[in-house]
Amino acid sequence: MALKRKDLLGLRGLTREEIEEILTTAEKMKSILLSDVKKVSHLQGKSMVTLFYENSTRTRFSFEFAAKYLGAHTASVAVSSSSVAKGESLIDTGKTIQSMGVDVIVIRHPMSGAPHLLAKHVLASVINAGDGINEHPTQALLDMFTMKQKKGAIDGLKVAIIGDILHSRVARSNIWGLTTMGAEVRVAGPPTLMPPDIEKMGAKVFYRVEEAIRGADVVMGLRLQRERQQKGLLPSLREYMHLFGITEERIRLAKKDALIMHPGPVNRGVEISSDLVDGAQSVINEQVTNGVAIRMALLYLLTRRNHDAVH
Amino acid sequence: MLCIKNGMVVDGILAVPYKADILIDKGKVINIGKDIENTADEVIDAAGKWVLPGLVDAHCHLREPGFEYKEDIGSGTRSAAAGGFTSVACMANTNPVVDSAAMVNYIKSIAMAKGVVKVYPIAAVTKGQKGEELTEMGELKEAGAVALSDDGRPIMNSHLMRLALQYAKGLDMLIISHCEDLSLVGDGVMNEGYMSTVLGLKGITRAAEEVMVARDIILAETLDAPIHIAHVSTRGSVELIRQAKRRGVRVTCETAPHYFSATDAWVDGYDANAKVNPPLRTDDDVEAIKQGLKDGTIDIIATDHAPHHRDDKEVEYGLAANGISGFETAFSLAYTNLVETGILSMVELVQKMSKGPADILNIDAGTIGVGKPADIIVVDLDREYTVDVSKFYSKGKNSPFHGHTLKGKVIHTIVDGRIVMKDERVIV
Repeated sequence: MALKRKDLLGLRGLTREEIEEILTTAEKMKSILLSDVKKVSHLQGKSMVTLFYENSTRTRFSFEFAAKYLGAHTASVAVSSSSVAKGESLIDTGKTIQSMGVDVIVIRHPMSGAPHLLAKHVLASVINAGDGINEHPTQALLDMFTMKQKKGAIDGLKVAIIGDILHSRVARSNIWGLTTMGAEVRVAGPPTLMPPDIEKMGAKVFYRVEEAIRGADVVMGLRLQRERQQKGLLPSLREYMHLFGITEERIRLAKKDALIMHPGPVNRGVEISSDLVDGAQSVINEQVTNGVAIRMALLYLLTRRNHDAVH
Repeated sequence: MLCIKNGMVVDGILAVPYKADILIDKGKVINIGKDIENTADEVIDAAGKWVLPGLVDAHCHLREPGFEYKEDIGSGTRSAAAGGFTSVACMANTNPVVDSAAMVNYIKSIAMAKGVVKVYPIAAVTKGQKGEELTEMGELKEAGAVALSDDGRPIMNSHLMRLALQYAKGLDMLIISHCEDLSLVGDGVMNEGYMSTVLGLKGITRAAEEVMVARDIILAETLDAPIHIAHVSTRGSVELIRQAKRRGVRVTCETAPHYFSATDAWVDGYDANAKVNPPLRTDDDVEAIKQGLKDGTIDIIATDHAPHHRDDKEVEYGLAANGISGFETAFSLAYTNLVETGILSMVELVQKMSKGPADILNIDAGTIGVGKPADIIVVDLDREYTVDVSKFYSKGKNSPFHGHTLKGKVIHTIVDGRIVMKDERVIV
């Protein structure tokens, strides 16, 4: 088992076989994660650095726990966003980290394409932990893993993604991944938050949230940044909730056993009602657990590749 | 004396190419004809090659003063010579900005000392290109500025733009407008469309260009003043200008080679060498640009040569500088994508790249004629080659065309009768 690629930069371009391999590996990792002694030696002697140019707790911790459960050394570099435009260049930072013997660099960056630039200039594996408004592939993989675990298969699922699609790297990665895996992806949100020609990516576009949710197997909310309202893309958060919020009433349009998902952190009462977040259909906390399993799987598969290459 | 023998000549005046020898003495063309008997001390055999008026670039960035690490007038004009340009008009967005007669004189004097081809400064429309107060346009003209432009920055204030057009008209000065509505650009970094969605990069709507093209056309029309629109990149802009010309508006415009040679699909992979302003557009826009060149809506091709140091390009796409190092690929791109494809004839290409820009800038260039300055290039239209930026004379190696195979290459460049590039090597 190994991925043939050096990096995981996005789900765009990943084959169905590759995604399946990651999801299958994640199942095994999840059993390690849920065991009493969460420690194996799959990554013994390997090291991983998280290089985060944006604030994050869950994603960074998730990667760090994943690496530690597998026996790797970890370190984290937190760079404030303000230093992106000045000081050491991304390429120099990457080379410095690599020169310390690091096998995997996990990067989060406010600019789309930054992981791709880094990957071009280092031999270490690069995992994209979110770049700008482009992709967040490990989030989409954990979402798909959750869907697969709950629904048995991804093929044929109707997945409604609701909210700020334009600025959502989670939505983009999910569209690439889910369409590759044979799911039907519907996106809904205000027109000012919908990227152009997104239907060409294979998603169905709705401007009425009810139509997107009707008959769905999965309803995924996205975090709505308050900044969007400040920039004039929305008249008000109140109207957003009124028109696009995921509410109990609207969820009744979905299939009875539909899953409610959210990548977090949740703005309760803005993009989704608080009761749904805590309700029986919500798998939001399980997504977090699955995130660790997915990251364990990726770290394992990517470092195996390096292992194979050396020997 | 220098004689260019047996070449196929496009002189920028006659509507057909013809085979002739060209005799040059003391910087001027002194005879054009078949089998000229002569005692020239130097002969260029141009048999099988084409002989054209030196190319004229109405829009380039030489970066000096202020950004010599990107380019200077010495390296920039050698790059121009290598690309077949014998006259170039350089934009005013240096540091300090070329917004005073003293700065115009400074550029001219550096060009005199270090320039390999002729350099014509374009001065700023507003002081410091800040878009607040008009420059001393009359003094700029007396000092030798060939046109006025705040290129790189739009003049967002419509009233100020109107005043600029009005004032410049009285001085017979041309304003070159960089059309970009910054409020529509926002934090966009590439053309808005399917590719920006796919790449997760903030898009720039085509409306950002077209709104300003429309505004500037309306302002020029109401004043009956001339205006030149820089780097036209969208179908909508072409159509606006086409309609305006039909109404008799005194509007001219240029496009750059990358707008008929590349699209936003080239941004895939986050290659900052494909980052340029206005951004690379779509196949549909490329078609419209070609059509505009063919039907005369687009008057000229200008390089918008914008050299950058790799430190300004090898960064996150969003942080990378805009611009393409364009001198050394311009002719080949135009020949490959416009002439080989049957869109323009060689006579029309010379109109777009030599005669037309010289007329717009009102400079003595762009034709081969007895008594005219001997600014001439010899090109090999059969020559296919692969673009290699490491061979550029420009300091700016930022070209998305690196590794692409193009056809048609400038072999010799002659400025005022002096050979500055011989056998593809700049010798000055």
